[in-house]
Amino acid sequence: MITGSLLRRRSRMFVALLAVAVGATILSGLVTIYYDIPRQMGKEFRAYGANLIFVPSQNGSTISRIAVENASALIHGNMLGITPYRYESGKINEQPFMAAGTDMEGVKKTSPYWFVTGEWPTDDKSVLIGQKVADLIRLSTGSVFTFSGTDSAGTTFNRDYTVSGIVQTGGSEEEFIFMSIDELDNAMGTSNEIDVVECSVSAGEAELQNSADQINESVDGITARIVRRVAESEGTVLTKLQALVYLVTVVVLLLTMICVATTMMAVVIERRREIGLKKALGASNKSIIADFLGEGIFLGGCGGLLGSALGFAFAQAVSMNVFGRSISIQPLLIPITFVVSVAVTGIACMIPVKNAADVDPAIVLRGE
Amino acid sequence: MNLLEIKDISKIYGSVAALQNVSLSVEQGEWLAIMGPSGSGKSTMMNIIGCMDKPTGGSVFLDGVDISKESAKNLTIMRRDKIGLIFQQFHLINYLTALENVMVAQYYHSLPDEKEALAALERVGLKDRAKHLPSQLSGGEQQRVCIARALINYPMLILADEPTGNLDETNEKIVLDILTQLHKEGSTIIVVTHDPEVADEAQRTVVLEHGRVARIVKGNNVKGADI
Ligand SMILES: Nc1ncnc2c1ncn2[C@@H]1O[C@H](COP(=O)(O)OP(=O)(O)OP(=O)(O)O)[C@@H](O)[C@H]1O
Ligand SMILES: [Mg+2]
Repeated sequence: MITGSLLRRRSRMFVALLAVAVGATILSGLVTIYYDIPRQMGKEFRAYGANLIFVPSQNGSTISRIAVENASALIHGNMLGITPYRYESGKINEQPFMAAGTDMEGVKKTSPYWFVTGEWPTDDKSVLIGQKVADLIRLSTGSVFTFSGTDSAGTTFNRDYTVSGIVQTGGSEEEFIFMSIDELDNAMGTSNEIDVVECSVSAGEAELQNSADQINESVDGITARIVRRVAESEGTVLTKLQALVYLVTVVVLLLTMICVATTMMAVVIERRREIGLKKALGASNKSIIADFLGEGIFLGGCGGLLGSALGFAFAQAVSMNVFGRSISIQPLLIPITFVVSVAVTGIACMIPVKNAADVDPAIVLRGE
Repeated sequence: MNLLEIKDISKIYGSVAALQNVSLSVEQGEWLAIMGPSGSGKSTMMNIIGCMDKPTGGSVFLDGVDISKESAKNLTIMRRDKIGLIFQQFHLINYLTALENVMVAQYYHSLPDEKEALAALERVGLKDRAKHLPSQLSGGEQQRVCIARALINYPMLILADEPTGNLDETNEKIVLDILTQLHKEGSTIIVVTHDPEVADEAQRTVVLEHGRVARIVKGNNVKGADI
């Protein structure tokens, strides 16, 4: 009886079904993305991000290459990337900027979250500039600029570079000009003056702590420190993503609820006479409620199933387009989406169903 | 004991007195007509007898139960088990077939039984239209479906509010013949009508005016009487 009556009143119910399906799609899609992408991103973070840094020890101001080699020899676990940074100040168009000399291949491993527009530099004359630098002096990829500074002998130098790419990180890196460390050494006329070294080590926490302790004990001029920056930023990303997903899901479910409630309300008003008739024929409030709730829940169930299928497709599409990777299906999500859809339509039907039960059977004789 | 015993009922809607101090009794197997000008309280009375509304004063005994004191839940059960309703506007559910419309009454009463529902349609001469939707039936046919639905649960009392109000003469005749047949078989019928010809078929006609019983006419003397 329920399906029959649903089938013969297609259009109205189709709208409600669509609302539930869209809601369920967003729900299952977002949750899939939420569970899958961070997990995969987290893998990358953990595998490649810097988790150990070397800074000059208290009595020195820079680190020598030899010290770096000695220190890295003491590291237990697999060294995935090691990146030196040398910082020097200089000017472009009379505005002060910081240049960072580094190893681009190393950066890719220790800072995998850098987002580079354009190309990574492949020779000493091309550089990466931070987004803020690009904004300040209006440089874009391909632009040539002159960087001037004072070398360690006190002589002024002017050197021309080509912007190969612009880097965005959301952090202080965006204020730097990144070039090869050899190039900066050349310009300054000195080498062996590294300010910081970032290492990415695949090792457990205890192992890492052990390595740091050993380095601090036996290598002169270096203080090794374990950093949690990557882990923390991963955590922030997850929390922010989680909050966003929850918010969007709640909003979408609310909208679904409102849509279903208004549709059901319209159905109840449209069928007032029919409800009055059924009550006049002896239908109890319970059976009127059961009829409407049955229809609502049937819709919710269909919408939920449809939505969990569409949601996976949606998540897959988003994942492919935005993150460039495919997504794995979460089997548990199908029953969850189903139950949530049924619950949402059930709740949405509360007021309309109450109105249906309140219809006065006497209307059938009033000729309304 | 009479099947229906109305004792001094009133129904007040705000400042409107739809019924005032009406008393009436109907025997088992009787055919009663109610006439009166528009707004005289005929439908109000049918609503009360049909357990769909309660009087504001007085009491109504249906099959020994005072329905003016019953809870809404018990009234639902009373009308489900004891009343068969026939309407001027038919009130068929437009997305259900004739057969399904009859089965709706079974569904809320006990269990849908297609064979029995078909037999009821056959009784009103509509067996071959069982699979038609109301929109595919004429007014007279729709009214016959409505009658079949009213009969399906063997009600003690058949209430018909203007059953022929929307029908032409031919169909009015068909419907009257069915009611006559039901009466012969022992059904108790109360019919509200504007039509003296319909009232003439009844054994007794109650005339309401301004919510009061103005007079009672016996037998088929309605047509000539001044109403
Ligand atoms: N729910 C209601 N609220 C207020 N007044 C009502 C209500 N139902 C009926 N009335 C009033 O009660 C009076 C009797 O109405 P009722 O429907 O019983 O008349 P009727 O005799 O059936 O008229 P008709 O021949 O036009 O069907 C009318 O004045 C009507 O306006
Ligand atoms: Mg009326």
